[in-house]
Amino acid sequence: MSRIRKDYETSFFRKFKRWMDGETDLLDGVMDLSGQEGTEEPVPGAEGTLWKEDEAGAEEVLREKRAETEKERKSLALFERIYRIMAVILCLAIIWVFLWTTVHLPPFGGADNPANNEVPARYIESGVRETGAINFVTGMILDYRAFDTFGESCVLFVASCCVMFLLRMDKGSSRLLREHPDLLEDDRLFEPKDDVILQRAAAFLLPLILIFGIYIVLNGHLSPGGGFSGGAVLGSGLILYLEAFGFRRTRRFFTEKTYRRITLSALTFYCLAKSYSFYTGANHLESGIPLGTPGAILSSGLILPLNICVGLVVMCTMYAFYTLFRRGGM
Amino acid sequence: MSFVQNFPFFSIIAAMFSGIVSSALSGKKARNLSIFVIILTTLMSAAVLMFCARTGESYTYMMGHFPAPWGNEIRAGVLEGLTALVFGVVMLWAVTGGIRYTEWDVEPTKQNLFYIMIDLMLSSLLALIYTNDLFTAYVFVEINTIAGCGLIMMRQTGRSLTAAIRYMVMSSLGSGLFLIGLSLLYDVTGQLLMTPAREAVAALRETGSYELPLLVIVAVISVGLAIKSGLYPFHYWIPDTYGHATPAASAVLSGLVSKGYIFLLIKFFYRVMEWENVIYSHIVNVLFLFGVAGMIMGSLQALLMKDTRKMIAYSSVAQIGYIYMGIGLGTQAGMVAAVFHIFTHAATKALLFISSAGLYNASGGKTDYRSLRGAGYRNLLAGIGFTAGAMSMVGFPMLAGFISKLLFATAALKSPHKMLITLIALAVSTVLNAAYFLRFVISLYRPPQSGTDGENGAFPDGAGQEKAPRAVNSLNLRLAVVCLVILNLVLGLFSQPIVRAIETGLAMFD
Repeated sequence: MSRIRKDYETSFFRKFKRWMDGETDLLDGVMDLSGQEGTEEPVPGAEGTLWKEDEAGAEEVLREKRAETEKERKSLALFERIYRIMAVILCLAIIWVFLWTTVHLPPFGGADNPANNEVPARYIESGVRETGAINFVTGMILDYRAFDTFGESCVLFVASCCVMFLLRMDKGSSRLLREHPDLLEDDRLFEPKDDVILQRAAAFLLPLILIFGIYIVLNGHLSPGGGFSGGAVLGSGLILYLEAFGFRRTRRFFTEKTYRRITLSALTFYCLAKSYSFYTGANHLESGIPLGTPGAILSSGLILPLNICVGLVVMCTMYAFYTLFRRGGM
Repeated sequence: MSFVQNFPFFSIIAAMFSGIVSSALSGKKARNLSIFVIILTTLMSAAVLMFCARTGESYTYMMGHFPAPWGNEIRAGVLEGLTALVFGVVMLWAVTGGIRYTEWDVEPTKQNLFYIMIDLMLSSLLALIYTNDLFTAYVFVEINTIAGCGLIMMRQTGRSLTAAIRYMVMSSLGSGLFLIGLSLLYDVTGQLLMTPAREAVAALRETGSYELPLLVIVAVISVGLAIKSGLYPFHYWIPDTYGHATPAASAVLSGLVSKGYIFLLIKFFYRVMEWENVIYSHIVNVLFLFGVAGMIMGSLQALLMKDTRKMIAYSSVAQIGYIYMGIGLGTQAGMVAAVFHIFTHAATKALLFISSAGLYNASGGKTDYRSLRGAGYRNLLAGIGFTAGAMSMVGFPMLAGFISKLLFATAALKSPHKMLITLIALAVSTVLNAAYFLRFVISLYRPPQSGTDGENGAFPDGAGQEKAPRAVNSLNLRLAVVCLVILNLVLGLFSQPIVRAIETGLAMFD
């Protein structure tokens, strides 16, 4: 028969066994046991009658604990201070490195900078002929580097999906709603809206804003603008309408279903159209999409429809963000 | 041009398109579509790999009608095909193995959003693998980051939300540094595509101009991508992130997402900066030191964890350290070992997360050591899967981990200055790995403690299981565990052709 040694409790093997069994509390003695403001609190029961005999001992233990936590707090405060100083030094060092690098960079706007090479030269010289867009920037982002732009619109898409996941309240299934039913009381309770000044102003401004937005989107290939900026203007117009006239009237023409349909069809069209163009381009086939006369509204091949798609996606994303960050869904 | 050469483009677009379409589908249909697309892209990656191995050379693919410095471009070679293939297989089993848990963890009306994230994550991983354009890489890094946040917060508990915020902050810092590096590079070279940028950098080196900016570019991009992949001093987001997400998301995040960034970094080193110059700039030595520190510290912290999920997460920190140590060796052999370890860790970590989900499930959803005692009997297959994964991580012969340790050790012998440190770090880290993983495995096969804590003492049909959802092992989970074990065995037993493929793939990068 094996015999348990007297010092088994303190032996290495006992400790190892406790560790294997997951019994050791690794945070024992490290954690502040008495809570944040706990040093002033007396131990519960320390003044009770049952503890009369142990009171002195308990007091002693308490005092020791207090001294320990006090020491730990002091060292923690010291750590915090050193941490802050180090963080500031580190930030200054990084700033210094970047400034020093900037000194060594080519001067801003220099004519013989490395960035002024054959790449922008071709964009400027033959951009109009090759893409049909008078606005080089649009030609660049929607034709030369259209894959990146498709990625960017997918960034918007995935961001709005995340926000929807986080903030959309689905009746019956949402865990948050089950725990806090009061969240259902959303901003619709403050309707109907009757802010006459806002409504009059909105009625005057809205057509202008929307038409201007549509103009920016449609003229993306002719003048500064395009899907991203025009979509932002359209989205802000929708938000203004919502603020002035309330959810009930907005829902007549824009619900979550509309949102989903618009986003889906715009992105699908973008994806299919660009896939076609990538495929034909890579396989050296003629795409067969006419470029039209540069300067006309119906020109530059796929750029105009793609601008419209991007504009719709941006508009929907902006509106969705606004409604989801308020109380109550879209 | 052969039709197969279109496949990299098809696979990226198919993944993105399925994500877009899923927004209009029900959860179940979105799931089936997502699995279908993963299988499709995996098959296409295999075809690309076969094609490149047969022709013996890589090729670039124009995205549109305009050639290299003007339009976007992707590139495929043996290493790209192989990585996409392994990632596809791991992704497939991570997602299918976690289906049941996803159904429990994600609200029913939002299931399709989960699969949108999975689809877009797949597309961004494929794009990071195939891209030949640094700005495209940045755009897909963004998609990757946001989709990663989405995957983390899917459970919508307080802890997973804080984990997602922490991930977002650290990851945005990494993206920001990457973008700064990219703009600096554009400023001094005027190129964004990898091939012309490489020529421009070579020309700059010859004339000796812009030396400091080039050094800062390498440093900033390395640090940015290291933060995003969780290298040791920047690893604080890892334990929460992997520990509190739903199992499928944990497996995808730790197995694949961090590896995508490492692959991009390797591609940046080889395809833009030229490997010899990177070695010469001593940046690799810094990565080497961080990697070694990560190997030791990650293992030590894993040793201290009581929550086994966090233990597996900290073990990821150590494994990322291994990969960076291999890169930091600064030799071809070290790089081969690092790439092989990317595959090993992807296959093994996914296996560990999926099978441990099965074990928690059999133990009433508890995750600490004591509650998991005897879980290996309660859920036999998950226990076997976890044991195999742990053995592989420790470096048991026949499994993938053994081969990568062997490769690291042989690579270390070839670089005299770092040999001793590497070998010591490998030895220490292996012992520590064994300590925490085998401890877990042993406690899986010990009788549960009775009397210590009521329901923990439950054996097969006891009270502890009542809390556990009914279907302990769905068919999907079984299939996933078996297939991931097989993948580990394949990597371990047939390593020679894979190592040779990695070598040819790296040679194609030049």
